[in-house]
Amino acid sequence: MNVSPSPHMHDNISTSKIMLQVIIALMPACIAGGIIFGPTAVFDLALCVASCVLCEYICRRLMKKSNTVSDLSAVVTGLLLGANLPVGIDPLCCVIGSVAAIAVAKQLFGGIGQNFANPAIFGRIVLTVSFASQMTTWREPFYYKKGVDAVTAATPLITKNAAYSDLFLGTTGGCIGETCAAALILGGVYLAAVKIITLHAPAAFIGTTALLTLLAGGDPVYAVLSGGLLLGAFFMATDYSTAPITGKGKLLFGAGCGLITFAIRQWGSYPEGVSFSILFMNLLTPYIDRLCVLKPIGAKEERQ
Amino acid sequence: MKVIGGIRLPHKKAAAEVPTSEIPLPKRLTVPMLMSMGKPCTPAVKKGDRVTVGMRIGDPVQEGLCVPVHSPASGTAEDITDFRLADGNTCKAVVIRTDGLQETFHGIRPPVIQNREDFIRAVRESGCTGLGGAGFPTYAKLSFDSKKTPVDTLIINGAECEPYIVSDYREFMENGSDILFGIRTVMDKLEIGRCIIGIEDNKPAAISLMKKIIGSDKSIAVKALPSRYPQGAEKVLILSLTGRIVKEGELPAHCGVIVMNASTVGFLGRYFKNGMPLVQRRITLDGNCVNNPGNFFVPLGTCVSDLMGLCGAEGYEEAFYGGPMMGVSLYDIRQPVTKLNNGITFFKKIHSVQTTACIRCGRCVRACPVKLMPLDLESAYDKKDTKELKRLKAGLCINCGCCTYVCPAGRRLAEKNQLAKQMLAKL
Repeated sequence: MNVSPSPHMHDNISTSKIMLQVIIALMPACIAGGIIFGPTAVFDLALCVASCVLCEYICRRLMKKSNTVSDLSAVVTGLLLGANLPVGIDPLCCVIGSVAAIAVAKQLFGGIGQNFANPAIFGRIVLTVSFASQMTTWREPFYYKKGVDAVTAATPLITKNAAYSDLFLGTTGGCIGETCAAALILGGVYLAAVKIITLHAPAAFIGTTALLTLLAGGDPVYAVLSGGLLLGAFFMATDYSTAPITGKGKLLFGAGCGLITFAIRQWGSYPEGVSFSILFMNLLTPYIDRLCVLKPIGAKEERQ
Repeated sequence: MKVIGGIRLPHKKAAAEVPTSEIPLPKRLTVPMLMSMGKPCTPAVKKGDRVTVGMRIGDPVQEGLCVPVHSPASGTAEDITDFRLADGNTCKAVVIRTDGLQETFHGIRPPVIQNREDFIRAVRESGCTGLGGAGFPTYAKLSFDSKKTPVDTLIINGAECEPYIVSDYREFMENGSDILFGIRTVMDKLEIGRCIIGIEDNKPAAISLMKKIIGSDKSIAVKALPSRYPQGAEKVLILSLTGRIVKEGELPAHCGVIVMNASTVGFLGRYFKNGMPLVQRRITLDGNCVNNPGNFFVPLGTCVSDLMGLCGAEGYEEAFYGGPMMGVSLYDIRQPVTKLNNGITFFKKIHSVQTTACIRCGRCVRACPVKLMPLDLESAYDKKDTKELKRLKAGLCINCGCCTYVCPAGRRLAEKNQLAKQMLAKL
């Protein structure tokens, strides 16, 4: 007879099932990216996914650890990284970004759950800093149908003149997965509906950015729909490993992200601040967690 | 009503509408001298002595928590053996060879109760312990000091949130008037002004039946509780029904509440009427490999192996005292039924989850009904950081198992916390 400690039942949830839900939630944005930016976009996404998975596999083999490829977290990282790149970027950049994300940001710190920075964000920032011009050369929507080789477009964050409807449908310049607000909102709502994420961090992130933009005399709707805000808020500020655990902590985290995003957009030399803001708040996560511990029911004295 | 954390579980209460039946008297009963929290009794019979139903066969020790043990059958005390309990501790056990006559002990008569002391003495003499699972001796629970800790509310725990188990539900359905008589006696003798019966809303028949039985009595209320596990955990139930919080290291009486399980108070109701001590109990037999789930009156000391034919348990790999959430594994199918067991459940292919790295998803934190941080507790335990364990209040864990249940990484968080508690106790 088997003898084991209670409980003897399980919810049948697993890390790979959670990651699969995230992949499903990212699909609308990826498909929108494929439609708007063409086959090259699909290729870029696929290349990022493949390099992330391969890199994870090699890292685990080299470290002689159990292989975690099947938990699908590397696929999520690959999709997120690809979504954060402009279409038509040098394929080598995709590979370098993936290696930075998986090998440096994730596996060097012990793999899934142990990393302090969101791997996809880290990969994007490495590329932004190293390949500044490639990373800021965006293509026009449907450029691939026009037959001309390099029709570049600035992002709506720079032009400040895109129509709401274009921002909503994603028919503007920008990174592969970040332009279509409708697809991102759909994915985010789906993740919340299947209880993979809570809406604390996205709500605080988007809300703070909108509010501060409004106070500064800007257009809050435009600020929310343009740039990488929705992608970052729904898919990266909700990363389990690198964001706080408690609801209060998540709110604080999201508000911090919103504040930094606004500051960089308003006064910084980069047009977009979403990834920097998330990376910065990632660093603060352990402290936010410490600040926002729950008080157990029945605890007598306050915990320090 | 306060909304608790916790989790939603499949109820699986297939035996709910199966009336309780008697089992054929087993040839042999193994009655352990410890069937509750506290200390074991000393055997009151010698090898070869004749015993009758309700005769005392275990005398309580003077010091500490202890309740007497009575014979569930008539027959002969065949042996006094050493016995290993499910939790690993040992005590003596009286092995009774039954004679099938079921002759009642001549001293059985309803207790005469004049005052509070008589009442407590009678409850202790009945051998009664909490029948919900923890097995806290009932006399000790009821002998609170009404000056230091005045109690104004009696709570009857009918939540029964554990999957599969329906023995309390059957007590409501079959012995509702015993429950009411038990409640009235306890309220009267201990001068408790009001009573709340808490039943999960997945048992509407029990709720409406109890309302009907109670009738116009305004001092006793029946409240439907949300069906969320662990609604029946004492501290959770008290919070749900009264909004009061039992502080760490304190008993429910400190916040003016006594909680009794429905089956316990139902037993007391019968005992006050006929004086028969606790020698049998109702248990549910169910599980994922049981063909005929059912409820049975089982004499204490009946071997689990004698019960398996009754429910048709086939190909089981594990069996538990109680349900699959908080149940204790049986290490041997010949272990006996004790006062603590509200059911025996049989399972096959129940463990399939592999343990992987924590992904910090926070599900354990959201599920914990006590608002602990199981993931932090686990890492503090792994580092043997007792200071951190105390800071995180490891001692408040009620071992409901919600954290382990929801963990996508298959981490045994509840188990770790039990180990942490033991580590803190050794300091």
